[in-house]
Amino acid sequence: MSLRSAPPVEHHGIASGRDLSTWGTLRRGIELSPELRRGFGVTVLLAGLSTLGRVLVPFVVQRVTDEGILAAGGPHEDVVARYVALALAGVVVTALSAYLVNVRLFRSSETGLATLRLKAFRHIHDLAMLTQSTERRGSLVSRVTSDVDTISMFVQFGGLMLMVNVAQITLATVLMLVYSPVLALVVWACFVPLFFIIRLLQGVVGRAYTTVRERVGDLLAAISEAVVGAQAIRAYAVEDRTAQRIDAAIENHRVAAIGAQARAVLAFTSGQLVSGLTTAVVLVVGTVLAARGSLTLGELLAFLFLVNLFTMPVQQATEILNEMQNAVAGWRRVIGIIDTPADVADPADGVVLPRGPITVRFEAVGFAYPGGEPVLHDIDLAIAPRRRVAVVGETGTGKSTLAKLLTRLMDPTTGRVLVDGTDLRDVAFSSLRQRVVLVPQEGFLFDATLLENIRFGRPAASDDDVRLTITELGLDGWVSGLPLGLATHVGQRGESLSAGERQLVALARAYLADPDLLVLDEATSAVDPGTEVRLQRALDSLTRGRTSIAIAHRLSTAEAADEVVVVVDAGRIVERGPHAELVGRGGVYTGLHDSWVAQQQSL
Amino acid sequence: MIRRGIAAQPRWFAVAVLGATVYGVMTGLTAWAIGWVVQEAVTPAIEAGHATSGQLWLVGGVLSAVVLVNVVGVVGRRLAGGIAMYNLGAHYRREVTRQYLRLPLSWHHRHPSGQLLSNANADVEATWNIFAPLPMAIGVLVMLAFGIVQMLVVDPFLAVVGLTVFPLLFAANVAFQRAMSPRMTQAQQLRADVSQVAHESFEAALIVKSLGREDHETERFRAVTDELRDANIEVGRTRGRFDPAIEAIPTLGTLAVLLVGTHRVGSGSLSAAEVAQIAYLFSITAFPVRALGWVLAKLPRSVVGWDRVSAVLEARGAMDHGDRDLPRSGASTVATESVSYAYEIETDPGEPEGSATLHPAVVDVTLEVPAGATVAVVGPTGSGKSTLTNLLMRLVDPDTGVVLVDGIDLREVRRGGVSEVAALVPQQTFLFDDTVRGNVTLGSAHDDAALWRALEVAHAADFVRRLGAGLDTRVGERGASLSGGQRQRVALARAIIRDPQLLILDDATSAVDPSVEQGILDRLRRASAGTTVVVVAYRMATVLLADEVFYVEGGRVVDRGTHAALLGRCPGYEQLMTAYAREAAERAAITATEEAAR
Repeated sequence: MSLRSAPPVEHHGIASGRDLSTWGTLRRGIELSPELRRGFGVTVLLAGLSTLGRVLVPFVVQRVTDEGILAAGGPHEDVVARYVALALAGVVVTALSAYLVNVRLFRSSETGLATLRLKAFRHIHDLAMLTQSTERRGSLVSRVTSDVDTISMFVQFGGLMLMVNVAQITLATVLMLVYSPVLALVVWACFVPLFFIIRLLQGVVGRAYTTVRERVGDLLAAISEAVVGAQAIRAYAVEDRTAQRIDAAIENHRVAAIGAQARAVLAFTSGQLVSGLTTAVVLVVGTVLAARGSLTLGELLAFLFLVNLFTMPVQQATEILNEMQNAVAGWRRVIGIIDTPADVADPADGVVLPRGPITVRFEAVGFAYPGGEPVLHDIDLAIAPRRRVAVVGETGTGKSTLAKLLTRLMDPTTGRVLVDGTDLRDVAFSSLRQRVVLVPQEGFLFDATLLENIRFGRPAASDDDVRLTITELGLDGWVSGLPLGLATHVGQRGESLSAGERQLVALARAYLADPDLLVLDEATSAVDPGTEVRLQRALDSLTRGRTSIAIAHRLSTAEAADEVVVVVDAGRIVERGPHAELVGRGGVYTGLHDSWVAQQQSL
Repeated sequence: MIRRGIAAQPRWFAVAVLGATVYGVMTGLTAWAIGWVVQEAVTPAIEAGHATSGQLWLVGGVLSAVVLVNVVGVVGRRLAGGIAMYNLGAHYRREVTRQYLRLPLSWHHRHPSGQLLSNANADVEATWNIFAPLPMAIGVLVMLAFGIVQMLVVDPFLAVVGLTVFPLLFAANVAFQRAMSPRMTQAQQLRADVSQVAHESFEAALIVKSLGREDHETERFRAVTDELRDANIEVGRTRGRFDPAIEAIPTLGTLAVLLVGTHRVGSGSLSAAEVAQIAYLFSITAFPVRALGWVLAKLPRSVVGWDRVSAVLEARGAMDHGDRDLPRSGASTVATESVSYAYEIETDPGEPEGSATLHPAVVDVTLEVPAGATVAVVGPTGSGKSTLTNLLMRLVDPDTGVVLVDGIDLREVRRGGVSEVAALVPQQTFLFDDTVRGNVTLGSAHDDAALWRALEVAHAADFVRRLGAGLDTRVGERGASLSGGQRQRVALARAIIRDPQLLILDDATSAVDPSVEQGILDRLRRASAGTTVVVVAYRMATVLLADEVFYVEGGRVVDRGTHAALLGRCPGYEQLMTAYAREAAERAAITATEEAAR
């Protein structure tokens, strides 16, 4: 296997999609939600049909005026009745097809957008940990919620009208040409400049809405501090300061929103102004034409209806296009996230590792966070199967980074990490996640029961499996002290439990997952020593026959390990060997251990 | 709700309604103006065979004037409506977040944070969204009234058509709203569910990734997404049923006008131009009347939003504060008298008023800490230590008993009074999305020298110096750009810089390695001469700093005394504190036996 070059690190942020053009966005959006296209032809056809009724009305008005009311010899009521019956039929056809268009459009758009939501959701989980952390959680959530909602609003309301309106504009133009080519030209001459103005304003409005969406993100972040930081805010009585910060975010959002509204009003009114003035011009020119005898009064009046049929959708279109800018902004953000490459990706045809004790090897591994100084240098480390290794060292020396590289939450900048001789980047995720499990310091708990939270480690596990895990870890006493035992709800983020209790759950979860390599990153830092020692023993029997790597500040873990690896500043390994050997060497470990012992003993 | 909104933004709303009224009158007037110019200028011109420039100016002038006034009305309506809407949104967002800041911690414990976020954002937005189209709706009503007046002037028979069609339209819109309301409500609820699942899942991203549970989470998300999809399709079906019918009604009106009009022209009581005028009136009202329907369709969403917003606004149970100050004279004394506190744990979450069971966390605790003393609270995981620290800071009030600082019941202290003399460093630190400086000072005035001194004591100065912009480095959302140990030390500095009379450390150095912790404790001891310290800890060295140790188990103080005394007589304490040492000794013995056997 050849040594790979380092993966590009410039890809650590999430694409904003801002460089995507409106058409590009729509094209890519439809590509991502193919359901939007399904049956689209029929829907457009039906939409065309549904405009028929509307266009029929002016036609009927003209005929009724000219042939019915103004007919020689007084009004012909039977002629009028015939035309009205025709229009009535048109209205029925219109209503039926409009119903079908509505239902079809909702079905295809909702199905398509549900697909988009799901794709974005899945992709967010597939993104590399570093990429995820460049974005606020709230902003990630909005990509699968409100951003998609703006698209659906547009597709269902605006999209429908846009289709109907295009058909209506076309039909109205054709009829106008039939009635009076001169007046039709007048109408178009009035509207052509409008198209250019609107195009110009579209850009302005679009940018304004993008700003509004960004302000919404800031707003959510500010509000979330008041909710998530409730304890800290009360402990330091900084309610007023927090309120000021929130107010600033609210105000920024308000100003941006009103700014966008003002621009949108400008765009809309320009359409309305032109429409109204067009009617005036048509009537003036029409009067001249009618006076010359090239137009009847009925035709002129019918033409006014046609102008109305033409201007209404054009006006609406300016509004719909505003909405579209809003939707496109949302769509861009969703597409941006879907098109952000997942740097740490599941390899195609990944290697499936057979189960059994794991060998780990770091080969000249270096790591730097994007745009930062290297935190790990040239790490060479081989860990034999069934070994229990403790990694110790001062805070901020890259120990956690080591754990993240080992579990492939990140890829090394240089060098490679091998498990059982295979580069981690070539191992299938399904195999890797089953065999290598990380227990982080703060294991997130879901708003569910204790049982469900532990089962998250292995969804196929039965209730008895979970109970057995609890017993094996010696946690029976703790669980039975909870109000409903394993059925106790842990609350949002596990807030009903203490930090130490949450660590117990995270550990039980990993235990249940039954990995071949267990990586513990400060997994018991908030647990009391008595419990920790008990857990340690349980884990010892668990990890016997498996490989385990523990990162710990409490050196009791190091004392129990087969081997200790000391990492110091700037991520270099300075010492390694069994505890008994290192402790007498007089090096870094001796110093660390001395202060640990000092903490444990009476002065 | 609407009344409340109008009362809050009377001026902008008035401008919007005025604009809408102008718009309504002018749109109605357009039809009349066309009828009038046709009669006064166009028909004479046609009859004369040529149009005079005066006639043409009349046609163009009258229509342009109507259009211009109308556009001014539209601008007023839309702009003022939008401003009123966004002002209201901002106002209620402030109100809601003020409540979040005001309500006690126990209230927060009962409400999922995802829900609170959507109350302040999506629900406020849904509530006031109605204010953009509301003036338009009023304008439409004016337009309809004006239309009926026009018809009455022109011909009573045509007015009958109008009087039939317009109420019919209104009735259809109301029926539409009735049918939509429950469906919209359901869709709204599902939207909140989707958001909640996404929020939780993304917060758990690291766990999901490291356990390879992406598929599992995607399925969970798919379930709620599919439900939302189906609910939305149902909304579309309902809209599909009503929409075309509502749209057809004005057209039917136009046709009725033609039929009736023809008859009336036949009987000589009406001119053709007048029939056309009224027919035209129906055709231009068709679109605005649809808009009225949209307002009504948005109404249920607003109502639901308002219900959820007002649930927050009406939440009671804020902490009452007294007006007393805590003395500012060196170290404080702290005491509790038979204090108990129990958490409510829901047995059936998902039900809004689900049954809950009480989980006692602190039971009948009595303790007193003399001024300047350091006491340690020691106990197994989950024994109520953190709850006790929250009680001492009055983050929660005890269910029974009292907490006294310098002999004053904390409930009698004025708002903000406790945090002026006491500081808590919790187990789970929270950093604001702000600079290091902002996170340490929290807005109070401290010079850089004081800042660095506090950071030195907290062992944070070195790493802060190495950050890109030093004190002015932004730490990201919840301090994401710092490691757990670094966050803890910033939080520690936050407490130290306040030079508190009472310092409460809740396992505040758990993410810090032993040598650093040792350094922090040494400096703290030197810096905190005039401070009473309550420390929750497991480490021997930390406990040894204490003059007295309280050993808690199951929320009760089981024993108290010096470390040495407790070691001798309290088996639970002895077990806990010597766990490492016994473990090490045992291991040494095993190693020795193995060596001997070899």
